[in-house]
Amino acid sequence: MTDELSSFPGGLILDGQKKRSTQTEIRKTPLSKKLTLPLQQHIGTPSAPIVKVGDKVLKGQKIARADGHLSVYLHAPSSGTVIAIDDQAIPHPSGLSGLCITIETDGKDTWIERQPIEDFTTLTEHEVRQLLREAGIVGLGGAGFPSFIKLNPGVHHAVETLIINGVECEPYITCDDMIMRERANGILDGIQIMKYALRVKRCVIVIEDNKPEAISIMKQALEERKECHHLKETQVVVIPTRYPTGSEKQLIQVVTGKQVPGNGIPIEIGIVCHNVGTTYAIGRAIKYGEPLISRIVTVTGTDVKHAGNFETLFGTPMHELLAFCDTHREQGEPFILGGPMMGYNLSGDHLPVTKTANCILVGVDNAAPDSTPLPCIRCGECATACPVSLLPQQLYWFSRAKDLEKTREYNLFDCIECGCCSYVCPSKIPLVHYFRFAKTETMNQEQEHQKADIARQRHENRLTRHELEKREKEERQRQRKAALAATKAAKEKEALSQTDNQEN
Amino acid sequence: MPLSRLSSPFLSGTNRVTLQMLQLLMALVPAVIAIVYFFGPSILITLTLAVVVALLAEAFMLKLRNRPLKPFLTDGSAIVTAVLLAIALPPLAPWWLTTIGILFAIIFAKHLYGGLGYNPFNPAMIAYVLLLISFPLEMTTWLPVSTLSEHPLGLASAFNIIFSGQLQGGIGLDTVSGATPLDAMKTQIGLLQTPSQILNQPLFGLFGGKGWEWINIWFAIGGIFLIFRRVIGWHIPVAMLAGLTAISFITWLIAPETTGSPIFHLLSGGTMIGAFFIATDPVTAATTIKGRLIFGAGVGLLTYIIRVWGGYPDGIAFAVILMNMLVPLIDYYTQPKVYGSVK
Repeated sequence: MTDELSSFPGGLILDGQKKRSTQTEIRKTPLSKKLTLPLQQHIGTPSAPIVKVGDKVLKGQKIARADGHLSVYLHAPSSGTVIAIDDQAIPHPSGLSGLCITIETDGKDTWIERQPIEDFTTLTEHEVRQLLREAGIVGLGGAGFPSFIKLNPGVHHAVETLIINGVECEPYITCDDMIMRERANGILDGIQIMKYALRVKRCVIVIEDNKPEAISIMKQALEERKECHHLKETQVVVIPTRYPTGSEKQLIQVVTGKQVPGNGIPIEIGIVCHNVGTTYAIGRAIKYGEPLISRIVTVTGTDVKHAGNFETLFGTPMHELLAFCDTHREQGEPFILGGPMMGYNLSGDHLPVTKTANCILVGVDNAAPDSTPLPCIRCGECATACPVSLLPQQLYWFSRAKDLEKTREYNLFDCIECGCCSYVCPSKIPLVHYFRFAKTETMNQEQEHQKADIARQRHENRLTRHELEKREKEERQRQRKAALAATKAAKEKEALSQTDNQEN
Repeated sequence: MPLSRLSSPFLSGTNRVTLQMLQLLMALVPAVIAIVYFFGPSILITLTLAVVVALLAEAFMLKLRNRPLKPFLTDGSAIVTAVLLAIALPPLAPWWLTTIGILFAIIFAKHLYGGLGYNPFNPAMIAYVLLLISFPLEMTTWLPVSTLSEHPLGLASAFNIIFSGQLQGGIGLDTVSGATPLDAMKTQIGLLQTPSQILNQPLFGLFGGKGWEWINIWFAIGGIFLIFRRVIGWHIPVAMLAGLTAISFITWLIAPETTGSPIFHLLSGGTMIGAFFIATDPVTAATTIKGRLIFGAGVGLLTYIIRVWGGYPDGIAFAVILMNMLVPLIDYYTQPKVYGSVK
């Protein structure tokens, strides 16, 4: 099945810069005095607080519940007191703020009573998913999609292959590399549970060939536990290093040769992908009863002196983490959450570490210039580099002209914003920037359309209502008139008959 | 290194427009040396004149259009246009011919359409065609290769001819000039000579025109260097040469007595500079992979058709311009299949 790897068009061979942050083992970030926990750290509806200001909480205690289906629970990363539930700045590309629960830690780090489950097969698949939802597990690769949903095959699909994504193709980031090196057995724990929940036989752990240590450690760990029932038909697959192989769709194409249909999801072709970090967290949640309260964050970049990977409690202010690894960040110097190709610029270092914060990057080699770009010379390098076979130079042309209809015709919404086109552009045009703009504009327009449609509908309803009311009114009037006329006639008749009687 | 761009990707490759143009110019050097060897140093005068006029015209137009001078003067595109046109002109082209050509290329074919990146037609080829139609005599007055000439020209006499139209001692240009091999082939086939007879004349070398074949080979080597350096893709040159080879091979098989062989066509006239340096101009060529193959093949076919059955000895310029016109159409119908659309 996986002996023959496939490939995708385009992509880039990038300087990984991985060694910067893999020289030391994973370290623990010191406990912060104050932890700020945004209620939305995942894709979906924000969690709903279940604590009040002044409440004492223990490490691992639920502080917010899932609100609706597409949502997960949130936990206190350490013991302490809830001191605020209010709007705070959160890490977001737009610099938005959001509702957060702030905990003042007591320094004791006292755990709530945990319920480890030694044998997960005593649970039903549904119970596993429910436990993971209550443990607040979301995709740790960067997107933050609630994992329990992606562990539900549903009634319409059978899952053929579970892909564990240890590719980590973006330069600088090494948190997945390090977790594979140091916690291989924990990852295998997670894989067993996931295979059980998905009822899938086959599992591949995919790693890029620039991580030889992780590859050999994972292979060895797998070899030692190959007798485990739930680790049968599980193997490590090594793929060539090329950006953006770690992107779910491209990874599926490389491993299986199949393409996820446009607007579709992988399960439709029998595949489910999970990140190695998520897999590890799933293992911890079931086997040790530990909810998701921390993650491994890579702190690296040319301005970070002691770059490395840090197990960090959610809510820890980034400046504490940056100070811990001796970062020389100049006042106002921008820095990135995520990788240099797809991450985003942060508005400040007071922001908290959240579930999706895989890397904090301060300073890069070969930074893209902010100078005025030259005009597009239509060299087509962007199209050659595009992993989804778009024509970026045409899209750029239409985006600039705000010809949104044309951008859709040229499949703008299939753009995964990997940045390959901008990277290779000889004119240094920030192509992805234009594409984001066109996407936002299109979505705004659609919203406007929807609003207009709703307004029109309401207007029409109003008219019909008025019409109905008018008719009813007329009907009533007519009836009243008729009744009146009838009574009048009756009265007259009566009067007449009376007079008749009198006369008689 | 701190970040300066405010949205991802924050990294950037080393590719630059200026760098591409510089490499393109470098790739032309061997062929230019070959031209000097075979046709004398007059090309150097034309080249210098063309570049100076081109930069002045570029600066003037940028000023007029309120565009910054530095980024556009240093992008190298005006120099490339000038060099390509200068190479395409006859070795002893009078100064005014070069000047008119360059001015037309930069002002009309480039800037009136919006400058770098916006011109639908290859500026050097538009200028070449303008000159060919307006000044057919001057444009077809070529020198025989210097080894054939009784009066090899030095730099000083070339300078004299270019700027005054006179050789020292009052000898006219027509005493030293002659037809190009492509021209000779065409007119003599018209006079019912067979290609093999024609090729025996001193004007011809092993396969094509004497000297011309070597110049073509050097252009091809320069072009392969560009492909290797990823300045140009292989699609257009390969498709164009394949198109030219295919049609010339077929007609040659059918009528070997009235047409030149494929190798004659590959190594004559502007074939190689056309394939590697002119048809590959990114601004005016097709951009999709399939589109580039179609575009290149079209240039090859049209070049042959114009050479053999058209009214002009060489057809590169017309072929490129005609295919330029089709680029929007080609690009529209050759869009690649996007991820997820294949079942």
